[in-house]
Amino acid sequence: MSAPAAPITPPLDRTRAKRRAALRRRGQVLLFMSPWLLGFTIFFGYPLVMSAYLSFTHYDLLSSPRWIGLANYRYLFETDQTVWPAVKNTLWFIAIAVPLQVLFAMGIAIMLSRARRGVGFFRTVFYLPALAPPVAATLGFVYLLNPATGPVNTVLGKLGIEGPLWFDSPAWAKPSLTLLALWGVGNTMIIFLAAVLDVPKHLYESAELDGAGFWLRLRCVTLPSISPVILFAVVIGVIEGLQYFTQAYVAASVAGGSASYSAEQANTLGYPQDSTLFYPVLLYQQGFRYFNMGYASAMAMLLLAVSFAVTYVIVRNSRRFVHYQGAMR
Amino acid sequence: MSAPAAPVAVGTTIVRRKPPVAVRRKRFLIAVANHSLLIAAAIIFLLPFVFIVLTSVMTNAQALSPRLWPDPFAWHNFTDVFAKAPMWRYALNTLLYAGLGTLGLLVSSIPVAYALARMRWRGANVVFLVTLVAMMLPPQVTIVPVYVLWAKLHLVGTIWPLIIPNWLGDAFSIFLLRQFFLTIPEEYLDAARVDGCGEFRILTTVVLRLAKPAIAAVALFSFLFCFNDFFGPLLYTGENSAHWTLSVGLSQFRSLYQTQWNLTMAATLIVMAPVILLFFFAQRAFVEGVTLTGVKG
Repeated sequence: MSAPAAPITPPLDRTRAKRRAALRRRGQVLLFMSPWLLGFTIFFGYPLVMSAYLSFTHYDLLSSPRWIGLANYRYLFETDQTVWPAVKNTLWFIAIAVPLQVLFAMGIAIMLSRARRGVGFFRTVFYLPALAPPVAATLGFVYLLNPATGPVNTVLGKLGIEGPLWFDSPAWAKPSLTLLALWGVGNTMIIFLAAVLDVPKHLYESAELDGAGFWLRLRCVTLPSISPVILFAVVIGVIEGLQYFTQAYVAASVAGGSASYSAEQANTLGYPQDSTLFYPVLLYQQGFRYFNMGYASAMAMLLLAVSFAVTYVIVRNSRRFVHYQGAMR
Repeated sequence: MSAPAAPVAVGTTIVRRKPPVAVRRKRFLIAVANHSLLIAAAIIFLLPFVFIVLTSVMTNAQALSPRLWPDPFAWHNFTDVFAKAPMWRYALNTLLYAGLGTLGLLVSSIPVAYALARMRWRGANVVFLVTLVAMMLPPQVTIVPVYVLWAKLHLVGTIWPLIIPNWLGDAFSIFLLRQFFLTIPEEYLDAARVDGCGEFRILTTVVLRLAKPAIAAVALFSFLFCFNDFFGPLLYTGENSAHWTLSVGLSQFRSLYQTQWNLTMAATLIVMAPVILLFFFAQRAFVEGVTLTGVKG
């Protein structure tokens, strides 16, 4: 915290010793930092520059990259018929599934914070699905919701309701993925629960003395107090939404019936009818199924621009929603 | 928490100002409504697990029928899964990836986090900010050149492209550890300095001991991330089934072996089981770790 106290003018040989110590110190910092300096350069800095370069080339991994100027971008923005559906799917997910997830997690956390008994049990139950490996959880949901023999439609049928086609219907595939996302909301729920329990009790008491009912207390005490966490949850949700891949890939390939790893069957991605073709899925398809690596790099650059805009907003506002305990920022 | 003792105390000592009957009744009704909602939600959250378990012990014919309760119980489904797919091999690959990956991540990220949090040097803030940005950008942004790099090293088709980067630091772990290291009081470090400890000794003797919960959380997250990871293993091991991890193997299970839903659900359970077991063994570390990310991050 305080600067090294050395106001006494040091003799000459002491300054030299000091300089040597400073040099040694710098070497030590470098040593400590070396894994990340290397890692950052190799797996982040270099690929970023390389990605930008490749986005102006035609590259298929076999022959060396061939410069084609803006052709990839022109194709991306003007010609490619699958980009817009993919962007729309990703936006759909961010605009609908992410807010639902946040609301759902917050609702459960608030109910849980008011529970008198069984808090530990409920917390475990709500958290457990978040632990299920995404591939396993997706496979489970594709089975649960399969229209032919799935338990969900069987139960709905017994209640006299004809269930939808879920993962096999272009209209219901994304809502099915949303259900899956809501099931795995446990991490966010735990964070909300900690925040809700952290709200000072006396705020509630004084609000109650002023005659505030449940809703008014929720709106005027709970929500403002946990607003940093709400923002945090939204931000994380958006970032994860931009990368949404595994569940969409597995659901499409399993429901589409041919999950096998081979280039001929790449067209099950996005099943049914491109309704689960999210932007990262399309990028994967272009880059690693068709090996249009130049074009995939152009797609990556667009993703970078969007993510950077989001990240910028977060880092700019971080002081308002991240409360550090230490003195340093 | 200590619920059993409470009612007695209320009945005997707090006779003074009871809230009016109407208020008490309203509170009671709200509590009942709250608990009913919680119970309903809990049942809905548990049902998928229940159906997966039930189906995993059905015969194939029954899994294709609308009946929901297994009759008879086909326990041999689980052994059938191991017979049909090389699950042990997948598990071994997963363990190698998660184990070596987590080890490397800890060894490389802890000193970096310490240098960022506790050693004062020019540029620390800039490096930290860049780390934050690296943490938030989707991996897809840099994936093409990284893939090309591994392809040129002839390592595509193995799990090494998944493990090696972990040995060179991980942005999220560095961030989390740095935040925790910042909360360690300066006095502890000063005391060690007065005793003549160098930075390395301070890190290994003082900081590591005080930061145990954070390190446990980071290790846990890393292990889970590797265990659950699908994009990386699909990308690098997809063409070589000898190196598949559990998540890739599971995603291919249904089509590759032309198998039925009952076996698929048994395989799904087998992949879920280790994580859920881990949770019950390390429940505190889980909850504390998740809260740590939320409060500090």
